[in-house]
Amino acid sequence: MDSVLSVTDRGGPIQPLLLAKDLRKHFPIPGGLLGRATKVVRAVDDLSLSVAKGETLGVVGESGCGKSTVARLLMRLIQPDKGTMVLDGDPVDEPHGITVNELRRQVQMVFQDSYASLNPRLTIVETLAFAPKAHGLANAEARARSRDLLAKVGLDPNNFADRYPHELSGGQRQRVNIARALALRPRLVILDEAVSALDKSVEAQVLNMLVDLKEEFGLTYIFISHDLNVVQYLSDRVMVMYLGKIVEIGAVEAIYGNPQHPYTRALLSARPTMDPRRRTKEAPIQGDPPNPIDPPSGCRFRTRCPFAEDVCARAEPLLTDTGAQDVACHMRIRGSGHTKAP
Amino acid sequence: MSGLLEVKDLHVTFVTPDRTVHAVNGVSFELKRGETLGILGESGSGKSVTLRSILKLHPEHRTRWSGSIRLEGDEVLPMTGSALANLRGNRVSMIFQEPATAFDPVFTIGQQITETIRRHTGKSEADAWKRAKELLELVRIPSPAQRLKAYPHEMSGGMRQRAMIALALSCNPSLLLADEPTTALDATVQIQVLLLIRELQRELDLGVIFVTHDIGVAVEVSDRIGVMYAGKLVELGGVEQMVDAPRHPYTRGLLASTVHGGMRGQRLEAIPGAPPDLAEVPTACSFAPRCKYVEAQCLAGPPALTAAAEGHLVRCVGRVDSLAA
Repeated sequence: MDSVLSVTDRGGPIQPLLLAKDLRKHFPIPGGLLGRATKVVRAVDDLSLSVAKGETLGVVGESGCGKSTVARLLMRLIQPDKGTMVLDGDPVDEPHGITVNELRRQVQMVFQDSYASLNPRLTIVETLAFAPKAHGLANAEARARSRDLLAKVGLDPNNFADRYPHELSGGQRQRVNIARALALRPRLVILDEAVSALDKSVEAQVLNMLVDLKEEFGLTYIFISHDLNVVQYLSDRVMVMYLGKIVEIGAVEAIYGNPQHPYTRALLSARPTMDPRRRTKEAPIQGDPPNPIDPPSGCRFRTRCPFAEDVCARAEPLLTDTGAQDVACHMRIRGSGHTKAP
Repeated sequence: MSGLLEVKDLHVTFVTPDRTVHAVNGVSFELKRGETLGILGESGSGKSVTLRSILKLHPEHRTRWSGSIRLEGDEVLPMTGSALANLRGNRVSMIFQEPATAFDPVFTIGQQITETIRRHTGKSEADAWKRAKELLELVRIPSPAQRLKAYPHEMSGGMRQRAMIALALSCNPSLLLADEPTTALDATVQIQVLLLIRELQRELDLGVIFVTHDIGVAVEVSDRIGVMYAGKLVELGGVEQMVDAPRHPYTRGLLASTVHGGMRGQRLEAIPGAPPDLAEVPTACSFAPRCKYVEAQCLAGPPALTAAAEGHLVRCVGRVDSLAA
């Protein structure tokens, strides 16, 4: 490890790598008189989470649930309206903490669209060397490191270093994006639908590689996907989101083995089966997810929930510890007023 | 159940001044009325090109077709003009992946469905609206009378896809082609649309060809599944045969590399390499460069589709029975 670009652990293994508290992002929709915003999309609403060192946190949810907004907030690609973040003990963007630039060196991201994420006018080695050079590494050294990284993601540097993105297949380009994310030796990598656009046979190659790289570089992952099977395969803990809120979060075995929130259950049983003798007979819930512009009052899932009662419209269920996982549902909160509450 | 569609040795080549792509290289299959065939394949395998050829949707001037597509005995490939217009919509219709782009944004759903009905059947305006309302009821859209007045952007993705299915069924086709119709939908909505297609197929005794890259989706809707690779069907069989006893190394690889529950901590059996470039007509087994069972025989010439069991065809020269599972 060279000294220019490496960050050593600070708080020890117990201290969470990343803490986010009460993150909020509302997007105003212009359209009123004189282009004034009359409505807001409540993309992420007062969301708190913690990521332990060395774990993979899976994030699942349907379109509009705010999972990609969370990723962008954690990287500060967009500015939160409210909320604080702490990276291994250092507050982010605060007087005694670390700067946003420093955060972005330690936290890197891989996006879904492998082609749009690469500069079409840079060769692969130039792309990979760009950030290390910007952070003060000498040109020759940055290029040598880039070639090493290419080999690590399974692309022969002699063959690929001087190619342009359009000369690569989707799977190869996504390997380059992963290599680029690792070029600054980050501690946390956010993978936002990073394997979703790949064909199944290529997806398996990239998933295997992600497992290897995590081991080799001692990484922590936040893995965002709409594919519940892939999230189950890769994650230690899973967070389920619905309309800008966490509805359930816990160990992967608990979420998949004993889901508590009605939405988590519906999401899991909506997966197509692999067994032709046990085809799905009935859709677990009807309708589409509502528009995040005007989310329902109280529990946001109540409009599609088969167990909704008066209390669900009146009060918002808070994330509550139920043992193996935290659940935001009145049926799981003692004394909530729901007839099924314990 | 009687013969509805017969595709024989279909070849589709796209020719442009710069390059030639041999997208489909000899595809043959049959479909009965009331049957659903799932076509499974990765991007570039030729699955969508095969599907679109049944409606001759490819641009005439740079597409070369050969082989035969017969719908209820009528040859499709020589059709032009009014014969082709009569085929599209009336006898065969299609639903696409992205319903938002398949509808015209400046007309209401009702206007678009009634226009289609009137153009194809010559019904009066009032009768066409009545039929359009019935169609929305058929695809389980709540409060159909109001929904007919909605513009496409006013509907959710799931509702738009239902409306597109209504549009596709408006002239009572006997064959419905579905090109990844649920891929852009959310998980809880996808299963609703899959179940709807399955129910409608039974109610209306439709033949359905359902193209997808998702094995789970194919298993949910299909009676038979065909797997395509490099422009050819490499395996075709009943859904249970395909899942329980896949014979082709590619099908096996695809099943093994698809992540499903209970694989946590195991290493995935990825298929090495990538699909071939289709600039040349394949002269050997196209999968041979990625196949772990490759032998000299595989490179000698393209293997034929042979019966491995009753109704189960495999394009592999290997002694498929002796291959390790």
